[in-house]
Amino acid sequence: MSIDTSKVATSNAGRAATAKKPSPIGAVATWADDRLGLATSQKKMVRKVFPEHWSFMLGEIALWSFVVLLLTGTFLTLWFNPSMGEVQYNGSYDQLRGIHMSEAYASSLTISFDVRGGLLMRQMHHWSAMLFIAAMMVHMMRVFFTGAHRKPREINWVIGCLLLLLGTLEGFTGYSLPDDLLSGTGIRAADGFMKSMPVVGTYMSFFLFGGEFPGELIIPRLYVVHILLIPGILLALVAAHMLLLVYHKHTQWPGPGRTEKNVVGYPLMPVYAAKAGGFFFIVFGVTALMGGLLSINPIWKYGPYDPSKVTAGSQPDWYMGWPDGALRIMPGWESNLGPFTLSWNVFLPIIVLPGLAFTILLLLPFLEQWITGDKREHHLLQRPRNAPTRTALFVALMTFYGLMWAAGGNDIIAINFDLSINQITYFMRAAVFIGPVIAFFITRRWCISLQRADNDRLLHGYETGIIMRSAEGGYTERHLPIDESQAFTLTSRDRDEAYSTNGHADANGVAAPGGRIRAARARLSAKWFGHNVQKPTKEEFEAGHVHAEHEHELQAGLDHPADGHQYDGHHTVEEDSLRGQ
Amino acid sequence: MSSHDEQALEPAGDRTPDTSEPIADPGLPAHQWRPTDVDERLEKRAERQVAALFALSGLCSVLFVVSYFAFEVGEVVTTVGGFGASNLALGLSLGGALLFGGVGAIHWALKLMGDHALVEMRHPVASSAEDREVTLGGFNTGLDESGIARRPLVRNSLLGALGVLALPVPIVLLRDLGPLPGDALKSTIWTRGMRVVRDVTGTPIRASDMQFGDLINAEPAAIFEVDEEGEPLIEGAELQTAKSKGAVILVRIEPDDIVPGEGREDWGVDGIVCYSKICTHVGCPISLYERTTHHVLCPCHQSTFDLADSAKVIFGPAARPLPQLPLEVDSEGYLVARSDFDEPVGPSFWERDSR
Repeated sequence: MSIDTSKVATSNAGRAATAKKPSPIGAVATWADDRLGLATSQKKMVRKVFPEHWSFMLGEIALWSFVVLLLTGTFLTLWFNPSMGEVQYNGSYDQLRGIHMSEAYASSLTISFDVRGGLLMRQMHHWSAMLFIAAMMVHMMRVFFTGAHRKPREINWVIGCLLLLLGTLEGFTGYSLPDDLLSGTGIRAADGFMKSMPVVGTYMSFFLFGGEFPGELIIPRLYVVHILLIPGILLALVAAHMLLLVYHKHTQWPGPGRTEKNVVGYPLMPVYAAKAGGFFFIVFGVTALMGGLLSINPIWKYGPYDPSKVTAGSQPDWYMGWPDGALRIMPGWESNLGPFTLSWNVFLPIIVLPGLAFTILLLLPFLEQWITGDKREHHLLQRPRNAPTRTALFVALMTFYGLMWAAGGNDIIAINFDLSINQITYFMRAAVFIGPVIAFFITRRWCISLQRADNDRLLHGYETGIIMRSAEGGYTERHLPIDESQAFTLTSRDRDEAYSTNGHADANGVAAPGGRIRAARARLSAKWFGHNVQKPTKEEFEAGHVHAEHEHELQAGLDHPADGHQYDGHHTVEEDSLRGQ
Repeated sequence: MSSHDEQALEPAGDRTPDTSEPIADPGLPAHQWRPTDVDERLEKRAERQVAALFALSGLCSVLFVVSYFAFEVGEVVTTVGGFGASNLALGLSLGGALLFGGVGAIHWALKLMGDHALVEMRHPVASSAEDREVTLGGFNTGLDESGIARRPLVRNSLLGALGVLALPVPIVLLRDLGPLPGDALKSTIWTRGMRVVRDVTGTPIRASDMQFGDLINAEPAAIFEVDEEGEPLIEGAELQTAKSKGAVILVRIEPDDIVPGEGREDWGVDGIVCYSKICTHVGCPISLYERTTHHVLCPCHQSTFDLADSAKVIFGPAARPLPQLPLEVDSEGYLVARSDFDEPVGPSFWERDSR
C-alpha cells in the first residue's frame, strides 16, 4: 500500500507552526466530533433553558434514587447468591449459627455481617427503593395537580405510570429475595393471590414456582426479574421519559414574561449541570446517611423462611400496603360454580382492584380531555385551585388510596390506639367508599373558595392588616392593590370553556349521529366546570380598581402612615426608613 | 454577562397583547444583582465557602477509607449507641463526602455562576405539514414498491407465519417452567396413623400431655424421619412443601364447649382437636390463639376462626373454615392422624371443589 506522504505533509505544514497551543479538551472534543458529529446534535442542548421551581425537583429525586439503586444493587450482586439450596449457616451472626437455611438467606446474612460496607449498601439499597417509589408518587401528584399531564405530555404521563407500576413490582421482587421469614410470608401470600385467579390460577402458580409452593426456583427466577428484566425496562422507560421532557421542554409556572410559547429559566451549562449534578450527590448522600443511621429490614431478626411460621404484625413494604388493606377489609365472599371455586375475597381486592386502579390512573389525562374537550397544547402550569374538579377527583383517589393503606395497617392501628380491630375493619369497609366522595366535594368547594379569594385580591387588593376607624365608629380593614406582576400572574390562566354540542347539528337542527353521547359529554363537561370562578374581564378589573381607588380616597382623610406596614412583602422597601429616622 | 442581557428580554414582536386580558404582560422583571455580583469581598468569601465544602467532601472520603480498614465487621462488632461502628462510620463519612460535594456544587451555582434568566422559544411539538407529507409519502411509496397491497398471497402468508411464530412458539418453550398442578394441591403428607409431633423438637404427643386451653403447633412426624445414618429423609424444597401443607394446630377444649361438626363427632380425642395451620385466605400460618374464646387469628389479614365450632370463620376475609384433621390414639397412646385432610388445605383455587 502506498501512501502519498508528501500531500499530508504539505497540508499540515501551514498549521503546525501556529503559536497557539491547542487545549487538550479541545483536542478530545475535535476527536469525538469527527466521529460522532456531536456539535450539531448538541448545539441547542448545551445552553438549553430549564425553568425553576422547587416542585420540579420531585421527579429528580426519583431519577437520582434510581441511579443509587443501580449502583448499590450492583454491589450487592457481587455477594448475593440467589439459590434456595439448603446450607448450614456458619457466619458471624451468633444467634443463627448452625441453623439450616437457603443460600439466599445465608448470603444476605454474609452481606450484612461479614462484608465491610455490606450492611450499609443493603440498607441504602432498601432506603433508596422507598425513596424512588415515594418520589415517583409525589412527582405524579405534582404533575396531575398542576395540569402538566395535558397535551402534548399525555404519553409521558403513561410512561410515568408504567414506571410507577414497574417500580412497585421491582420493590416486591427485591424484598422477596433474602428469603427470610418476612419475605417468604410475602411470597406465600403472592402464591395465594395467583391461585385465586379463575381458570389459570393454579397453572400460573405451578409455572412460576416450578411446581408446588415454595419449590426451589422462585428465588432465582425473581432474581433475574429483579436485576435484569425490570431494571432494563425501567432504564429504557426512564430514558424515554427524559427524552420527551427535553423534546417538549419543561412546563413553567405563569408569570411576567412567561407565555405558552417560551421557557424562562437558566441554562443547562453551567447552572443546571451544577444544580442537578449537585442534587444527585445530595440524594446519594442523604441515602448514605439513612443507610448508616436508620436500620431497615433487619433480616437477621426474622430468621430463615419456614412455611409453618409467621410473625405477628407482618407487613409488606409500604407501597404494597394499599392492596393489602383492600384484602384485609374485603368480606369473605366465595362462589361455587359447579365443581369450581371463585374466591372473590382474594381475586377482587388483589388482582382486579390494582389493575383497575392502574388503568384509571393511566387513562386520567384522556378522560379529562374527553370531558373538557380541550385539545390544545399547554405549557403553562395551572394552580390546583384553578381546576377544581380535576383536583377534587385526584384528592378523592388519594383518599381512597390513603384509607386502603390505613386498612393495611389495621392490626398496628388497633394495637397502638387500643382499638378493636373488628370495628376498624367495619369502619374501613364503609369509609373507602364514603371518604373519597366527601373528600371530592370538600376539595372542590375549597378550590372554588380559593379562586374567589384570588379574584378578591385582584379586584379589591390585599388585606393590609391596618384597621381603620371611621368617624361613625365603624371599623374596616384597609385593602391596598397588589403589584402588577402579582396581578398579572393571578390572571395568567385560561377561561374555562365547557364542551358544547354546538356545531354538531345541521341547518335544520337535526343532530348529527352520536348526538346522545355528545349531549352526555356536554352535560358532563358543564358539571366538570360547575361553579368554577373565572378570572375578571378587563371591564370588571377596571371597575374594581375605580371602586378601590374611591375607597382609598374616602380613607385618605383618616390616613396615617401606619409605619412598618410597608414591610409586608408587597412593596420594595429599599432605601426606605421608618418614620422619625 | 452583558450578552445575556439581550437574550433575557423576549422580542416584543412575539408577545401579542391580548386586549381581552385584564392585565397586560408586564414582561420579565429586571435582573437583580446578587451581593456576590457587586461586592468582591463577598464573591471571594463565596469562593472560599465552595472550596471549603469541596475540601470537606474530600476529607470525608478519606475518613471513609480509614473507617473501612479501622472498624471490624463480623463476630467482633463494636457498637456505638446500638449501631455497628463500621456501618455507622462508613455511612456518616460516605454521606458527608457526597453531601458536602453536592452542597458545594449548588452553592457555587447559586452564588457565583451567571444568574441571568434566559428565554428560549418553544417549537411546535408536531412536525410541519411538509415533513408529515414527505414522511408519509415516503412510507406509502415504500409500501407501494413492496407491493404488499397488490400481493395478498405474500401478505397473508407472512402474517400467518408471524402469527404461528409469535403465539405458540414462546408458549411451548415456557411449558417446562413447571409441572401441571394435577391433584398435587388436593392431598398432604398426612396418612393414616402418622403421629402428630411438636413442630420444633419432633416429639410425639400424648393426649394427657395437653391441658384444657393448651395449643400446640404441630407437624406430621414424616418430616422428622431420618435414615440409618441420621440424615433426614425429607429435606430442601420437599420439606418446605410438606410443611406448607402439613402444619397443624392442636388445641384441647372443654368437651362441653365444642360444637361438633356434622360427621366429625369422633374426630377429636378427649377434647383435643386438630386443624390445618394454613389460613384458607391466602395461606399464612395461623398462630394467635385466645384460649377463653377458642378463637385463632391469622396475623396477616386477621381472619378469625372458632376452633370450638369446626374452625368456622367468624371475622375477616377468609371464606372457608380451616380443614380439620381427624385424630385417634395409637397403640402407644400417642396422637395420630386417622387419615389425610378430607379437603385441600390453604387458599382456595379454581379447581377446588367446594360443594
